[in-house]
Amino acid sequence: MLSATIEAHVGDLHLELELQVDEGEVVALLGPNGAGKTTALRAIAGLRPIDAGRIELDGVVLDHPLTATFIPTSQRPIGFVFQDYRLFPHLSALDNVAFGLRVRGAAKPDARRQATGWLERFGVGGPANDLPRTLSAGQAQRVALARALATEPRLLLLDEPLAALDAGARLRVRTELRRHLAAFQGGRLLVTHDPVDAFVLADRLVIVEGGRITQTGPPAVVAARPRSRYVAQLIGVNLLYGTASGERTVRLDTGAELTVADPLPGPEVAVAIRPQAIALYRRRPEGSPRNTWSATIEDLEADRDRVRVTIGGAVPATAEITPAAVTELDLAAGSPIWAAVKAVDVSAYGR
Amino acid sequence: MTRPAGYGRAPGLIVPLAVVALAYVAVPFAALLQRAPWSDLGDLLGRPVVTDALRLSVITAFAATGISMLVGMPLAWVLARTSFPGRSAARALVLLPMILPPVVGGTALVLAFGQRGLLGAPVYASTGFLLPYSPWGVVAANTFVAMPFLVLTVEAGLRAADQRYEDAAATLGAGRWTILRRITLPQLAPSILAGSVLCWARALGEFGATVTFAGNLVGRTQTLPLAVSLTVESDRDAAIALSLVLIALSLAVLVPLRDRWFTA
Repeated sequence: MLSATIEAHVGDLHLELELQVDEGEVVALLGPNGAGKTTALRAIAGLRPIDAGRIELDGVVLDHPLTATFIPTSQRPIGFVFQDYRLFPHLSALDNVAFGLRVRGAAKPDARRQATGWLERFGVGGPANDLPRTLSAGQAQRVALARALATEPRLLLLDEPLAALDAGARLRVRTELRRHLAAFQGGRLLVTHDPVDAFVLADRLVIVEGGRITQTGPPAVVAARPRSRYVAQLIGVNLLYGTASGERTVRLDTGAELTVADPLPGPEVAVAIRPQAIALYRRRPEGSPRNTWSATIEDLEADRDRVRVTIGGAVPATAEITPAAVTELDLAAGSPIWAAVKAVDVSAYGR
Repeated sequence: MTRPAGYGRAPGLIVPLAVVALAYVAVPFAALLQRAPWSDLGDLLGRPVVTDALRLSVITAFAATGISMLVGMPLAWVLARTSFPGRSAARALVLLPMILPPVVGGTALVLAFGQRGLLGAPVYASTGFLLPYSPWGVVAANTFVAMPFLVLTVEAGLRAADQRYEDAAATLGAGRWTILRRITLPQLAPSILAGSVLCWARALGEFGATVTFAGNLVGRTQTLPLAVSLTVESDRDAAIALSLVLIALSLAVLVPLRDRWFTA
C-alpha cells in the first residue's frame, strides 16, 4: 500500500530510503539517533517535501518532485502519533480526539459521541474532559493514538511512541500498544531507536544508518543474521567479516580462520557468534572439533548475573561467562587466555 | 536572630537609590491626589468638556485598537512566519513610531494625509474628504502611534507559539484556515489580549501626534490628554480631575495586565 522512495537532505545527512509497507503490516524503522528516521516519517506525512523520489499510497501519488506533485498533509489519509504526542493543550482529551472528525465536517455532538467511543476503546474514557497537561504519559499516548485513528487513516505513522515514558510505564504501555496496533487494519510504520520496541511491535524491521537502509527483514532473521555492527551491538552478538577459504572455513579479515558446521553460502560472508557460545580456558583445550584461539583480555564488565569479557587478538569478540568462572580462571585485564567456540555456534551468512 | 541568607542582603547603596527611584515616581502622584478637588469632583467630571473628551478618547482608542488588530495581526503573522528580503527593515519601520517623538509622527501624517499631503491631496480633490481635524484624524494618529505595541506583542507570541501543534492539526486533516482559527489563535490569545490592551492604553494617552494632525477642537478632536494640557493653565481643578480619570483608566489596564506582560 505504501511505496516510497525518499531522498532528502537534512543538514549534513543525505537520506536515501526505499520503503514498502503492506496492508496490515507493522514495519519498524530502527536506527541510531540522527539516522534520518523521523525525517522519513515527516516526508511520508507531507510535513516536509522530499527533494527527489516518489511517495505513493494505495496507488495515489502523494509526493513526486519530478512532476511537481505534492498532496498537502491535511489531504493525506495518514495518521501520525508524535513522539511528544502533541495533544492540543487548550482542548480536552475528548475534543482532541473529536478534532479530526470536526475538521471533516461532523457536527459537534456527533463528533463528540464518536470520540467518546474511541476514548473508551483505548481505556481513557474516564479523563475525557481533562486537559492534556493533567494526563499521565501513558494516558496521553492512548489519547494521541485514539486521535490519530479516529480519522480512520489508511496508514498510521508512529514516531518513537514509547520514548516519552519512564522505564516503569514503558513495559506496560509497550504491551498495550502492541494490542492496539493489532486492532488497526491499515499499514503501520513506526520509528524507534530501541531494539526492544522494534522487536516486540514490528513484523518487519528496516534498519536505517546514516540515511541508508543497511538491513531489512523479520525481527528473528535480523537478530540471527545481523549485517551491520550497529545491529550486532543492539542485539548483543559478535559480528565478524571474512571470506570463504574452504567449504566450511572462513578466513576473517584479521587473518584468523573459523570452522563452521554448514557449507558457506558464498565467497563474502558475515559471521555471528553469541557471547554465551564462547568458552574461555587457561590452557589450550584438547579434543572435539572446535575453533580455538589464543587471546588477551581487554576488559571485564559485570552485567547482572554474568560477566562480559572483551577479548582482543585474531578474533576480537565479547564472551559472556559466570562470575564463578572469572574467579576460577583468575581473569584480569591483560591476562592471556584461550577461547573456543563450537562450529555449530558460528553462524555464517552472505554479506 | 534571623538574617537573610547571603545573597538576599542588598549591598550598600542599592536600597537607598531604589527608594529614591520609587519616591520620584510616587511623589507627583501624591501631589496630584493631595491637590485634587475631591468635593467638586462630581461637578467637574460632569462638565460637557470633560464628558466629551472622555467619550472621544475612549471611542477613538477602541477604534485605533480595532484597526490595529485588523491589519496589525496579519502583519505580525507575516513578520513572524514568512521570510522575504527586507523583512528586518519592515520590522524596524513598524516599530519606528514607538520610539519616534509623536509630534514627528503627527507631522509626517500631515504630509501624507493632510489637505495638501501625498495621499490626502488626491483624495480631497476627488471626494472632498479630509482626515485632519476630524475624529477620524484622531483615530489615524492613535493607530499610527499605538499599532506597533500590538504588532510587537503578537509577533513575539507567534514566535513563541509551538508550530508543532500546527503540524499535528494538519495530520488530522485541518487546512490552513482551520489551523489558524482553532490552533494558532487560541494559543495566541494571551498575546493578543496583552497587545490590544497595551495598544489601547497607548492610544488613550496619545498627545503629540494627535494635536499635530487632528488639532485640539473641543467636542470634535479634543481627547482627554489634550483637554488636560489646555486646562492646566486656565482651570487647574479641571486639569487635575481629568488627570485622575486618565490615571484611573491606566490603572484599570495595568493591574490585570501586569502578570501577563511584565513578568513574562
